[in-house]
Amino acid sequence: KYKLDNRKSNVDMFNLTGPSRTNRPDNTAFTQQRLPAWQPILSAGIVIPGFTLIGLAFIGVGVALFVTSQKITDLEIDYTGVAATSPCFKCTSFAAENCMCQMEFTLTTLFEGPVFFYYGLTSYYQNFRTYGVSKDGYQLSGDTYYFNNPQDSCAPYQYDSNNNPIVPCGSIANSMFSDTFQLYQVVNGMKKQVPLDGKGIAWWTDYNIKYSNPALVNGSFANAFSGTVKPVNWSKPVYELDPTDQANNGFLNQNFLVWMRQAALPKFQKLYGRIAEGDYAQGLPAGNYTLLINYSYPVISFGGTKKVVLSNVSWMGGKNQFLGIAYLVIGSLCIVMAMVMLIIYAKYKFTDDDEDM
Amino acid sequence: MTIPKDIPEKWFPIFPHLKWIKLGLPTSEKIRCGTEQERRVRANDREYNEKFLYANNCIMTSKYNIITFLPVNLFEQFQEVANTYFLFLLILQLIPQISSLPWFTTIVPLVLVLSITAVKDATDDYFRHKSDNQVNNRQSQVLINGVLQKEKWMDVRVGDIIKLENNQFVAADLLLLSSSEPHGLCYIETAELDGETNMKVRQSLAVTSELGEPGNLAQFDGEVVCELPNNKLDRFCGALHWRECKYTLTNNNMLLRGCVLRNTESCYGLVIFAGPDTKLMQNSGRTKFKRTSIDHLMNTLVLWIFGFLVCMGVILAIGNAVWEREVGSLFQSYLPWDPPVDNFLFSAFLSFWSYVIILNTVVPISLYVSVEVIRLGHSYFINWDRRMFCNRSNTAAEARSTTLNEELGQVEYIFSDKTGTLTQNIMTFNKCSINGHAYGDVMDTPGAQHKRAQPLDFSAWNPLADRDFCFYDVSLLEAVKMREPAVHEFFRVLSLCHTVMSEEKSEGELVYKAQSPDEGALVTAARNFGFVFRSRTPSTITTQELGKEVTYTLLAILDFNNIRKRMSVIVRTPEGHICLYCKGADTVLFDRLHSCNHDLMNITSDHLNEFAGDGLRTLALAYRDLSEEQWEEWAERYHGADKAIDYREDRLAAAYEEIEQDMMLLGATAIEDKLQEGIAETITVLSLANIKIWVLTGDKQETAVNIGYSSKMLTDDMTEVFIMNGYTVQSVREDLRRARERMLESSRSRDGVKEAEMQDFGGACSLGNGFGSRDAANWIPGQKKSAQPPAPPTSLLESVSGEFALVISGHSLAHALEADMEQEFLETACACRTVICCRVTPLQKAMVVELIRRHKNAVTLAIGDGANDVSMIKTAHIGVGISGQEGIQAVLASDYSFSQFRFLQRLLLVHGRWSYLRMCRFLCYFFYKNFAFTMVHFWFGFFCGFSAQTVYDQYFITLYNIVYTSLPVLAMGIFDQDVSDQRSLQYPKLYEPGQLNLLFNKREFFICIAQGIYTSVVLFFVPYGALWQATQSNGVPLADYQTFAVTTATALVIVVSVQISLDTGYWTAINHFFVWGSLGTYFTILFTMHSSILFNIFPKQFHFLGSAQSTLSQPLVWLTIALATVICIAPVLAFRFLKLDLKPQLSDTVRYTQLVQKKQWKAGGHARRSMGGASGPGGSGLGHLGRGGSRRSGYAFAHQEGFGELITSGKNMRLSSLALATFAARHSSSWIDTLRKKKHSPPAGDSSPAPSVAAPVSNSSSLIGPLETAAEQRGQTNADPQVGVADVAQVETGQCSLVVQEALCGWRATAGARLSSTGASSLGPPPIAEETNGE
Repeated sequence: KYKLDNRKSNVDMFNLTGPSRTNRPDNTAFTQQRLPAWQPILSAGIVIPGFTLIGLAFIGVGVALFVTSQKITDLEIDYTGVAATSPCFKCTSFAAENCMCQMEFTLTTLFEGPVFFYYGLTSYYQNFRTYGVSKDGYQLSGDTYYFNNPQDSCAPYQYDSNNNPIVPCGSIANSMFSDTFQLYQVVNGMKKQVPLDGKGIAWWTDYNIKYSNPALVNGSFANAFSGTVKPVNWSKPVYELDPTDQANNGFLNQNFLVWMRQAALPKFQKLYGRIAEGDYAQGLPAGNYTLLINYSYPVISFGGTKKVVLSNVSWMGGKNQFLGIAYLVIGSLCIVMAMVMLIIYAKYKFTDDDEDM
Repeated sequence: MTIPKDIPEKWFPIFPHLKWIKLGLPTSEKIRCGTEQERRVRANDREYNEKFLYANNCIMTSKYNIITFLPVNLFEQFQEVANTYFLFLLILQLIPQISSLPWFTTIVPLVLVLSITAVKDATDDYFRHKSDNQVNNRQSQVLINGVLQKEKWMDVRVGDIIKLENNQFVAADLLLLSSSEPHGLCYIETAELDGETNMKVRQSLAVTSELGEPGNLAQFDGEVVCELPNNKLDRFCGALHWRECKYTLTNNNMLLRGCVLRNTESCYGLVIFAGPDTKLMQNSGRTKFKRTSIDHLMNTLVLWIFGFLVCMGVILAIGNAVWEREVGSLFQSYLPWDPPVDNFLFSAFLSFWSYVIILNTVVPISLYVSVEVIRLGHSYFINWDRRMFCNRSNTAAEARSTTLNEELGQVEYIFSDKTGTLTQNIMTFNKCSINGHAYGDVMDTPGAQHKRAQPLDFSAWNPLADRDFCFYDVSLLEAVKMREPAVHEFFRVLSLCHTVMSEEKSEGELVYKAQSPDEGALVTAARNFGFVFRSRTPSTITTQELGKEVTYTLLAILDFNNIRKRMSVIVRTPEGHICLYCKGADTVLFDRLHSCNHDLMNITSDHLNEFAGDGLRTLALAYRDLSEEQWEEWAERYHGADKAIDYREDRLAAAYEEIEQDMMLLGATAIEDKLQEGIAETITVLSLANIKIWVLTGDKQETAVNIGYSSKMLTDDMTEVFIMNGYTVQSVREDLRRARERMLESSRSRDGVKEAEMQDFGGACSLGNGFGSRDAANWIPGQKKSAQPPAPPTSLLESVSGEFALVISGHSLAHALEADMEQEFLETACACRTVICCRVTPLQKAMVVELIRRHKNAVTLAIGDGANDVSMIKTAHIGVGISGQEGIQAVLASDYSFSQFRFLQRLLLVHGRWSYLRMCRFLCYFFYKNFAFTMVHFWFGFFCGFSAQTVYDQYFITLYNIVYTSLPVLAMGIFDQDVSDQRSLQYPKLYEPGQLNLLFNKREFFICIAQGIYTSVVLFFVPYGALWQATQSNGVPLADYQTFAVTTATALVIVVSVQISLDTGYWTAINHFFVWGSLGTYFTILFTMHSSILFNIFPKQFHFLGSAQSTLSQPLVWLTIALATVICIAPVLAFRFLKLDLKPQLSDTVRYTQLVQKKQWKAGGHARRSMGGASGPGGSGLGHLGRGGSRRSGYAFAHQEGFGELITSGKNMRLSSLALATFAARHSSSWIDTLRKKKHSPPAGDSSPAPSVAAPVSNSSSLIGPLETAAEQRGQTNADPQVGVADVAQVETGQCSLVVQEALCGWRATAGARLSSTGASSLGPPPIAEETNGE
């Protein structure tokens, strides 16, 4: 075995031997990949009852949702005025200034309160990328430096043609919905105004944190905006949105806030006011109503529609057929699937295997 | 002067992938071709030699240095398509009109990815620098100005004279000038270079060998003119010009780098080639960046995804054009077009790029880095695996490359070196047959097993015995003691008939220097049995026979050569008798026996068969008494032949032939070329896993075939072993053709029934595969295609596999690898179960590997231990180096290294399989989650005027891939297991999905993509439906953009988390932590980002203020999320359950049984544990398969001819060994004795002295018995384990082990099997035993 000896001497000579300590790897569960582990397997004992349970639960929730949704009343009034018969048709021509139109509707039963008053737009792309970025967050948080220097994102509503800065700048603010509504109940031929409460319709965070008005300058709110101009499409500057209530004026105007919160989809509705006061705290009683609309916001040019929606809510919000039906369908499918699987399992699989489970 | 030379050397490895140059044409050679036609080297004249700008002896395998690192590494990284793509995206994002996402969404992940990769590359290169430095800083003695000075290897220059000492590595390619030995001889071992372990002799020129002294050498100013650097190891031509004379130089004068000087005190050599020019380095092939097939697939898929992305972009851009024209242009009162964007077409163009940016997340930037991280994790698991740790050499397995792990799970071809890889390179005298009596076969005698534990103790009666020698059969020793004449004569032959040199360093301490280990083993055996060869002179041999010193006169050595396959000596005994002793291959020897030996010959022949059946290397021994007249008469003719000038060889051979007649048979020896532990079972397991093993060895054919038998790669059950040994193109072609014909014939006769069927398919199939009917027609000349369509090669392959083996020698291989024949060779070879290529050069090894790589589209793995394997290791997809042996060259070039061949099964079947599984699951999930994430934008495009508005918050987009979803999938990719490691080894069939690439391929990819798109549809339209007219309970509408974004994002995170939970099969605490942690992190970050604190600091950045609180407090939102989750997950769940139920994979079945057993084990306590051992003995039957065949061509010479001549000429006699030393008994000190006993006392489980009997040695696979083997083979015929369950189960119930039934019968059989076998063990708990030996 001289061969072996040679090798040893060789190894010694070149000092190729490792350090005297052993190189044996540590014996831990981690290094040896023996970590205790749960190894789930999709056995019939889990999958079939699982599907059944999910199915039953979904059907339960679906029924609840569906029933709740059915209880909710809502009323939609389209006032775009495309059809010549529509009362608002006269307002759709460009010449019409300060056009008023009125829509009539009748309630046969009590419209249970609290009733929410929404306006809705369709084919309106508040979610368009360049539209969405067209605002200046610093301006809207009341930073007066940006009043005079609106950010580039507001272009082309950054400066007006005379190079005066626009406040609030940007497309979103510029395109603020400008129709106003008054609701009257016709009682004995007399119009009785239904109060629309426009407070508290914006997000709390928007109203309290995200948006703030600039500090008064010389005791005047309007002075804070000096040197700026109103958005091109606006009829009055931002500091005059609600001169009656300073807490609802300027950037904190609730309708402004509601508008500034972009809709996700081109078909949306926004809250306009609540009917929760006085005689109407319990809802709108049966009877005839007149909706007086100050029609100023053009939508026909791009094929949009405008509507007004009256709705009450439940614990799960407004009317929502989709969710209840979807739950019912999916729940039933789960049950069907569980049955199919059970049949297949019983037919093809180990009949004698249950004791192994 | 040296600087301009260094630059190309340092720069060319930087772009290895740019210049892929065919192996064997290294760049350096090409570069210099213009300037250097021949090499001129003048000794001791550095100035002169520097003119030629020869490479110095510094070796650079590293890629970078500190200055080049950053640019070069970045350059390399940006060659990665994905990285360039992200750079491009980044540039796009800087254009404001296009930028739909802020720049940080891309740059953060990109920088992260680039830096992680850079750190990894830097670490890798650091270690390369380190190993380079280690080699470069080795010391050598250089003769400078007449004085020997220590110099580092890298400072050695061409033209230097360096001194080498015994056992030193040769530092560069040297011309041997002089040696301490007489006649300028020196011995080298070239194992590093060509894998041959015999020592080789090198001789210096006579003129230079006289120089001797350093002083004289310093004056030497000869000039060598020689060939350019090349990679031919066995050739050197050049000439030495010195003192107006020209001396021809051949390879015989050269010492090549990588060799080791042996048995030579010292020698001097002139450096001819240094560093990268040395033949060793020229042979090492180019370093090539290895990529796995999954890498390639991934790159293809990424390109497809780019294509998909462009399609999506185009669709959306068209949508945008239409929208802008139809709607947008009218909508301008509220949203005017930007001045630069004044028409819808330009808007669409910009929209395209914007969508490219927001949809870019389908090509996840974190994909590549995650893949790297997972592979790194798998590499660490390989490094940490205690079951791949070798106690003896104290080396753990090492994953040197961290990029190839999953490819380990797809290997189809293994190319193995023999020496040092399959074998330990130790020869032991194992058995013998003397005068018709076989000795050494102890362990086959029943009841004698206890004797094995006790190797014979020779030292008691023979003080000269070699202590390391082991022999177990006491009857042989007794026969010697009984003074049986035949036994004595037998050992006398062994002690006389050889060319071994002995050296007696001190009294009684003999060291034999054998040219081949076999001879050494035989002489050592004789020594231990009392016939001690002590010393020799050119004309005498002195032995000590049973304590009595005898000196024989050596009359002639009839040397060995390959044709004679035998050697003889003619000696005159002290009594004056003349005797011819001969040993050689039985085939040649038996023809030359005296007729009276007939009976003995038959018996011996039986014994030889038996030995050969065990894979032992056999030799027959014979003698002949010669009369004085016979000798003299012959001696005359012999001298005549010896002196002849022409045809000397032939004349000598004829003379030898004359005297080697009428010999008397003595017996036969059987030498074991000791296999490494567990070779046979490893090979069995690997071939059960459908891996084909080819042996490529530089060793000779007989040796290779022997090893083939003993490692069970060749068995006597094989229909035929084709041996191709032709030297000409025609003969090789003919051989190949004949082999194919035989295969076809056999498959025809065997599958006669199927023939009609085959014919039907014939035409169709032959079109479909690479080797069309033209080739097929060539195979069967004379058969008309139309009359009988040739069997398509695929069916040929399938029908004959497992029946044939091919042994091809290097010179035939050279022809077979030529372009016009390689297809034929390939087809033939691949139809064989085993292929053995012998006498192949390192380059040929690489070419064979390359051939398979190119044509078979299969993953190849090369395993070897020596420098001669380096090129093969580098060429194969995966290179494995056996470490802990002498050389480190192979290890340095390898991707994985460990010290025992048997670890290969664990590396492939456990680590490889897991890696592949994990990687595939990872990729499936990864693509899924990104499609689910990104495609939502696509759907949203239809509702936002194709304006490239994102659905989610930009921070969510940034963090989704790198924070919210990365860790759970990483944990799965690193830790997942479907079945345990024991099971992986038990069922080698589990390996098959990897080879067939079933778990991740284009089909799977499309399924993932489809699932992802489905999920994205659900994730968009369910919230759409639920929210569009929904309001909060206070009447505020829910359909604002931010609420929608938060709802969709939350649903997405939940859905993909549930999905990863489904995909994870092995829930460790880490998986739990990551899955739950990711969800937790998502909500934490969500609420933080939407908090007023952050808004107050960065009002412009975090405009999602309050959305999280507002949205997630709505029950409606949660109902929506739950609905989306169920719609996404329930179909997947149902599909998986049904698939598991109706079409379970083997892994599912195994996993199921594993879990069931675990439960039962827990329930049943430890009752079954005691039965655990029962399956062990079943395994030992394996070793006896194939016993008693007719093969016995093996003979044990592995040396070269010419040694006999050297001996008789006295050239290599050293003075020290000429001096006859007296000796006295020397008792070994006791500790050595103990050590020896310890070493040779069989460790538990490894008790067999003949490893050919494949007792289950390693713990890891001890459950694999022959029955299972049979069952697995049966499983091959039944493609689906479920098919034919009933009948197989019935047939097998009696004998089939339970493991078999589990594998075959699947779940259904489990219950029954459990009932039917109370005593068997395999239902017991999987043995989670620690490796016991050596602890």
